[in-house]
Amino acid sequence: MIEIKIDQERCKGCSLCVEFCPKKALFISEKLNMKGYFVAAFDEKKECTGCISCVLVCPDVAIEVYKN
Amino acid sequence: MKKIYTRPNALKDTHFHYCPGCGHGIINRIIAEVIDELGLRGKAICVAPAGCGMLIYNYLDIDTLESAHGRGAAVATGIKRVLPENLIFSYQGDGDLAAIGTAEGFHAANRGELITVIFVNNGVYGMTGGQMAPTTLKEQITTTTPSGRNPVNAGYPVKVCEVFSVLDGTSYLERVAVSSPANIKKTKKAIIKAFQHQLNRTGFSLVEILSPCPTNWKMSPLEAFKWIDEVMTKQFPLGVIKEVK
Ligand SMILES: Cc1ncc(C[n+]2csc(CCOP(=O)(O)OP(=O)(O)O)c2C)c(N)n1
Repeated sequence: MIEIKIDQERCKGCSLCVEFCPKKALFISEKLNMKGYFVAAFDEKKECTGCISCVLVCPDVAIEVYKN
Repeated sequence: MKKIYTRPNALKDTHFHYCPGCGHGIINRIIAEVIDELGLRGKAICVAPAGCGMLIYNYLDIDTLESAHGRGAAVATGIKRVLPENLIFSYQGDGDLAAIGTAEGFHAANRGELITVIFVNNGVYGMTGGQMAPTTLKEQITTTTPSGRNPVNAGYPVKVCEVFSVLDGTSYLERVAVSSPANIKKTKKAIIKAFQHQLNRTGFSLVEILSPCPTNWKMSPLEAFKWIDEVMTKQFPLGVIKEVK
């Protein structure tokens, strides 16, 4: 199983990861971080192929991807 | 747990100060990955610009020197001549390289200095609030071209790669964009290529990167990505402009 880890304090809620995820597995959550942004989150119910499109477009290097 | 992607070692833990959706962060990350993959951590030295990219020394875990606005290629020349075995690259914006630093960049290229310029073209003076840069597109609205850039009195977008391509000292010039996962992968390949030209001592190398500035373009990050692909690349075509084998 692929695990997406988003560093919520780095995230600025720009939504690029959400837009470029081919599986639509990311979304902007209700959580506000210390910088004042609503941050991106991974929907555990969705399938992730580990394509790292989210990593490539993330301007804040906030996303890490692991395989269990 | 097996890692598929983790933050590059050449990147410090510091959070980026860039605006949401800014291309500088993507480019900083790519440079860090290339430094890791080519094993250049103790060998690469960065010359930082004046502009939004200036705090790159807070992010890259390598030696970095700050230069005066536009003087990156001249400072890089000095370092390279003293430390010829090191990999020296300057990181410069379009206001930096194509306006105030025209002379330094052009003549370093013409002398075939063995340096690499990472040229971040976002079409505006980002840090000072989005004024027109030499690279601003025809008709593009900025704070100093409120009714759109009119070439009759404001000139045409400067194509740095094409201008430098006629100089005998240049060996690798490519224009790429950070506007989609595929283009971002190409950007990384271009930087690797440019660094290899420097390490092989072939000549001056430069990678021009079309980069989004959602804040000053007054767009969402996604709109800015699309604008690069749909509008900017029409006036700044992507591809290898020059490669000396
Ligand atoms: C000698 C000098 N002149 C002017 C400035 C003011 N200044 C700071 S950043 C900047 C423009 C930067 O634009 P660009 O190079 O396109 O980089 P960006 O901020 O868009 O990444 C200017 C004019 C300065 N710092 N030094």
